Amino acid sequence: MSTPVTEPATDAAASAPQPLTMAGALNAALRDAMAEDDRVVVYGEDVGPLGGVFRVTDGLQAAFGEDRVWDSPLAEAGIVGTAVGMAMYGLRPVVEMQFDAFSYPAFEQIVSHVAKMRNRTKGRVSLPMVIRIPCAGAIGGVEHHSDSSEAYWAATPGLTVVMPSNPADAYSMLREAIDSDDPVVFMEPKSRYWSKAELTLPVRTAPMNRAQVVREGSDVTLIGYGPTVRTALDAAAAAEAEGLSIEVVDLRSISPFDDETVGASLRKTTRAAVIHEAAQFGGYGAEVAARLTERNFFHLAAPILRITGYDIPYPSPKLEEHYLPTPDRVLDALASWEWDLA
Amino acid sequence: MSLNVEHHEPRVLPSEKPIRLLDNAGHALRGRETGGFELPPVERLLDLYRRMVIARRFDVQVTALTKQGRLATYPSAFGQEACEIGVVSAITADDWLFPTYRDSIALLTRGLEPGEILQSFRGDWHNGWDQHAHRTAAMATPLATQALHAVGLAHAARLRNDPIVTLTYLGDGATSEGDSHEAFNFAAVWQTPTVFLVQNNQFAISTPIARQTHATTLADKAVGYGMPGYHVDGNDVAAMFAVATAAVDRARSGGGPTLIEGLTYRIESHTNSDDPTRYRAARDVEHWKRRDPIERLEKYLVSEGALTDDIRADITEAGEALAGRTRDAMSETPELDPLELFDHVYATPRPALAEQRAALEAELAAHAGQAREEVAAR
Ligand SMILES: Cc1ncc(C[n+]2csc(CCOP(=O)(O)OP(=O)(O)O)c2C)c(N)n1
Repeated sequence: MSTPVTEPATDAAASAPQPLTMAGALNAALRDAMAEDDRVVVYGEDVGPLGGVFRVTDGLQAAFGEDRVWDSPLAEAGIVGTAVGMAMYGLRPVVEMQFDAFSYPAFEQIVSHVAKMRNRTKGRVSLPMVIRIPCAGAIGGVEHHSDSSEAYWAATPGLTVVMPSNPADAYSMLREAIDSDDPVVFMEPKSRYWSKAELTLPVRTAPMNRAQVVREGSDVTLIGYGPTVRTALDAAAAAEAEGLSIEVVDLRSISPFDDETVGASLRKTTRAAVIHEAAQFGGYGAEVAARLTERNFFHLAAPILRITGYDIPYPSPKLEEHYLPTPDRVLDALASWEWDLA
Repeated sequence: MSLNVEHHEPRVLPSEKPIRLLDNAGHALRGRETGGFELPPVERLLDLYRRMVIARRFDVQVTALTKQGRLATYPSAFGQEACEIGVVSAITADDWLFPTYRDSIALLTRGLEPGEILQSFRGDWHNGWDQHAHRTAAMATPLATQALHAVGLAHAARLRNDPIVTLTYLGDGATSEGDSHEAFNFAAVWQTPTVFLVQNNQFAISTPIARQTHATTLADKAVGYGMPGYHVDGNDVAAMFAVATAAVDRARSGGGPTLIEGLTYRIESHTNSDDPTRYRAARDVEHWKRRDPIERLEKYLVSEGALTDDIRADITEAGEALAGRTRDAMSETPELDPLELFDHVYATPRPALAEQRAALEAELAAHAGQAREEVAAR
């Protein structure tokens, strides 16, 4: 990881606090990174004049020109494969996959090349590239617009996989991802794109490879990332009324996993549950539960729970509410522990 | 030595000028522009006209219902009726269609009901019809993926001496995907009875065709695979139908696949959530509205005296009836059973999934109980 940029952004007006959505914060991060480093280029489907279907690249082409920001042909393998070549040359491409499920044509490029290049060349070739992937559901999207693909990437050695849950992290983590000499799969929870915060740019939060305790508590550790941090916080607020003190950890980084921060929380509370939208079987929660158990077994008062989507394809919009882990479902799951054993 | 020379006709690129049988004023053309295709008989054209008018009534109705929030999304084919209807009308009920999300109106011509077609866009379930009964695959959203399915099904049918043809629709943007290349190549190598319709509506969401290909036409691509390619005026239903009919006949008689490019224009936004003012000029849309496929055929039919007031009234009535059925279908509140989510994932049941189903069932029962208590408390 290269040193985080501490210089203020070139845009002086940006130093006043401003309300920003997550999409706006990501946009600002791209803008500032591009202004600072002319090796940063942005391309993908509809990222130019349209500004991306989620408007994350809004105005970038007008600001930096078509040699820095452009619409590519519609082919994800092509987008990622050419980004490999660009990164080999020394540019820092930031490419967009339009939705999780539409990154799958690029699977081979990501898994066979992006992830493996450094290792197979004994460190002689770096691929400083960022693959931005709008991820997860709860947006009323029709088929293939709500997948959660993080476990595929997390299971691939060589990839750094991160997912911010709020605008400040979105800005800070995207800047850091662009500065990183390792390729980063940067996942953006769609349902959080329009969440807002007052930010003074350039905001810097914790390093992107660290988890954060976002609410302190003493009885349970709820582990979430991306969209499920909100779910965990809502569950924690509701549980407080019932006298249950919940600590919430926002993982932020999917790979690497911050054993230190999450382990410390677990050893304090002795109970943990991990929440994600993706299906349970072979999902990321399995890794979380397994490694926390391996390292903290004698501190555990109860088995680590996975509160997740069901093991079914993501449902159509009218049925997605039944699939998604809700605060109620989280609390029901916590109630399944035999608390008097504690 | 070059490969396969004995199989091929002289290798000519498709004409740069689109094949056209009716000009924009509705005059029948003769000579080179027709590419040697003949104008279909007037009864056939009248039937295509009827289908197009009814399809447009449906499309406009669904767009309106989507704006009212009855559907989660609807990708309109307004202005693309000549491609959508002209080509699907060239296959029979035994043949198979592999459509995309854009192609609702082609499904109407296949005899599907509005409620079946729109189930996925309303958000009830991913696919609303019996694919085997209608010989119509589910609409594909991952671009170009369905083209390979069309090739595979066609090949299977040939292995079983089943004389069917498969037809698949693709957008101009989708031709950039690797799956398009693979489908064209497999079809040509295996000589499958497959017709590829590329609807070049000149945009992939915001991305114009010039950023998609450097070829002069998309039909040019066919040459490299060793199959015939036709660049056709996609707003001339007579031409689309004639070229498609020839391609279907060739496929059925063992002559292999064909790529047809219909040059048309997407009049509406990509879907209701798109904002085309960001990437194209209103005057371009106006230009293409003046090349409307329905008006063009109408002018021809009127000049032939084929479009009587009675026929017009009859078509209008059929269109209104369909629009009514569409409104009715979309205003019903469907009874969706959340537990059905677990029923179709595997042919072989899994205990673990049954456990998850039971958990949701318990959750729903608890909620129903809560709701009853709340009502009782009031
Ligand atoms: C593999 C894949 N990548 C991206 C998308 C997102 N997407 C949906 S429609 C579309 C544009 C398709 O354009 P085109 O093929 O020309 O068809 P049209 O929508 O114009 O009918 C895009 C990029 C997708 N559905 N599938």
